[in-house]
Amino acid sequence: MCQVDEEYNGQLEHRVTPRVSKKCVKCKENTAVLIIRAGDAFCRGCFKEYFIHKFRAMLGKNRVIFPGEKVLLAVSGGPASSSMLSQVQEGLSRDAPKKLRFVPGIIYIDEGGASGQSMEERERAVAQLESVFRATNYHYHIVHLEQVLSLPSSVLEAGSSATEKPQTGSSYKAAVDQFIQTRKNQHPDLSVENAQSHPSSLSMQEVENGGTSPITPEQTQALQRLFASVRTLTAKEDLLHTLRQHLILHTARTQGYTKVMMGDSCSRLAIKLLSNISLGRGASLATDTGFSDPRYGDVVIVRPMRDYSSKEIAYYNRMFDIPSVFIPGLDTKAQDKASIQHLTESFVTKLQTDFPSTVSTIYRTSEKLNTACPPQNTHTQPSAKCLLCVCALDTKLEEFSAYQATLISEQLSQRRGPGPGFTPGTAAAPGLPPASSASQCCYSGGGQHQSCMTGEGGCCSSAKEPETVDLKSLLCYSCRLTIKDMTAEDALPQYILSEAERRKRRSQMREEISEFLLDEEEDEAILRVNGSL
Amino acid sequence: MAAPIAIHLEFGGGAELLFGSVKEHHVTLPNQSEPWDMKQLLVWIRGNMLKERPELFVQGDTVRPGILVLINDADWELMGELEYELQDKDNVVFISTLHGG
Ligand SMILES: [Zn+2]
Ligand SMILES: [Zn+2]
Repeated sequence: MCQVDEEYNGQLEHRVTPRVSKKCVKCKENTAVLIIRAGDAFCRGCFKEYFIHKFRAMLGKNRVIFPGEKVLLAVSGGPASSSMLSQVQEGLSRDAPKKLRFVPGIIYIDEGGASGQSMEERERAVAQLESVFRATNYHYHIVHLEQVLSLPSSVLEAGSSATEKPQTGSSYKAAVDQFIQTRKNQHPDLSVENAQSHPSSLSMQEVENGGTSPITPEQTQALQRLFASVRTLTAKEDLLHTLRQHLILHTARTQGYTKVMMGDSCSRLAIKLLSNISLGRGASLATDTGFSDPRYGDVVIVRPMRDYSSKEIAYYNRMFDIPSVFIPGLDTKAQDKASIQHLTESFVTKLQTDFPSTVSTIYRTSEKLNTACPPQNTHTQPSAKCLLCVCALDTKLEEFSAYQATLISEQLSQRRGPGPGFTPGTAAAPGLPPASSASQCCYSGGGQHQSCMTGEGGCCSSAKEPETVDLKSLLCYSCRLTIKDMTAEDALPQYILSEAERRKRRSQMREEISEFLLDEEEDEAILRVNGSL
Repeated sequence: MAAPIAIHLEFGGGAELLFGSVKEHHVTLPNQSEPWDMKQLLVWIRGNMLKERPELFVQGDTVRPGILVLINDADWELMGELEYELQDKDNVVFISTLHGG
């Protein structure tokens, strides 16, 4: 507590009343047109330079994109991703040596089917975006959210990363060499030089631009049923985000992109950071908000706009005529308290108005998180990753974690009704084993086993439950909460259910052979169970 | 006394949804005893232009947090914000930076 003031002093000051016709802080000549950061006034020219420099600096500092690499830009039509597209265009059009060297493509996910837009509205939005995309001459993909219904379940498997973790310093060169080598092996006829000098011919070889498979009204209805089965806007937004990511990942993999650029601004990331904590995604914060996100292994997400505030982006787009398309979403015209994400946005935005360094302070916190706990290991086994968000499972924790406490109290409140001999007091005693154990109350000491023997449908019989598709054990804590808000789990798209089934079968198989693989811990558990019975 | 002034208003980033999805509006502010400032303009917009849900555009006597204001293409924070005195032919832009507009 007492150390908070050391570096934030002065920056957390309440905003000061502005003075009229300020000069630019950079050139000290021209009249300023906007105030950014904590009170710096910039003129138009200096702001443009500052904005463009920041994009290159962000990519230069992180050095994760290789020359000739195919990079998929996720463009929603919103201001930040549209601005990102313009920065990529700017960077690629430069003269060497300042030129960016990768091969961009664009993806737009049309979410209109989930947010209740009419077919005409969706078509109009797509047409507007297509005219923006066509002007770039990049290859682009228009994907409708309905297409999640036909995704293969393999999309949920984490791919192995072709290259090692983000490189820094001299090892970047080694990583580039390795990347080029891998590419040459995969496509012997296509050297990086070709890809660089004829980016347009590369796009011509592929499927025609925007070639979307038409969607049927039945598919739209199925999608609407899925979202109607979700009770809260909080869970709807989370599910929509998850499905959108799966579609982007699938497109990237099938079209040979190895990086995906997302347009999250620092304002957006500050909101995401706080709302993700509230959503129970604390364990995945670094992956969810960092510059580079390696969770999928073979396709890495990067967030090059994370140094820009939404104000900077809005001004840049306005001053330099960057086209963007406003498309209403799930949260359009919603009340502040409609969802956790929306409430967090209004909280952060309100605070930012009075304290202009709010966002940058939260944002710097996220940077510290990154260094304190580096992005999750990409080599984690697939079964140890969440089925939906593909982050490492945070639910396999030791007995006395806050998570286990939550589970226990949840269980107690559910079981209060049935079971005559059951008294919450005894069960709440410390030492209650993790709920995941099939033989739970049987192995807690004292006289408690008696109550479970007499209680009808006691714990021992519940262990033999038929294998309904219980997704919980395959999900991280936060995704469990989202699924809990659904009226029926089987409303989920087929690719998720089949992959769940597959993972279940695999872990069952592992269980079946586990008796031949006794380890010390299990030995001990069995002894304890026998002892208490 | 101030004569009526004609100004150009523009809404973007989703803020236009509250104004019948029309982005550009030419309006004439009637004459009144004192000069028009931004504070009075917001009151006027609220009373004469907002089609629905005024709290999504004005809160208290200023714009809702997250809506940027530009006066003649400059940040209103450099122009005196609510105290800025409107001139004939001024151009005022409101851009929402909020997620849903
Ligand atoms: Zn300047
Ligand atoms: Zn998850």
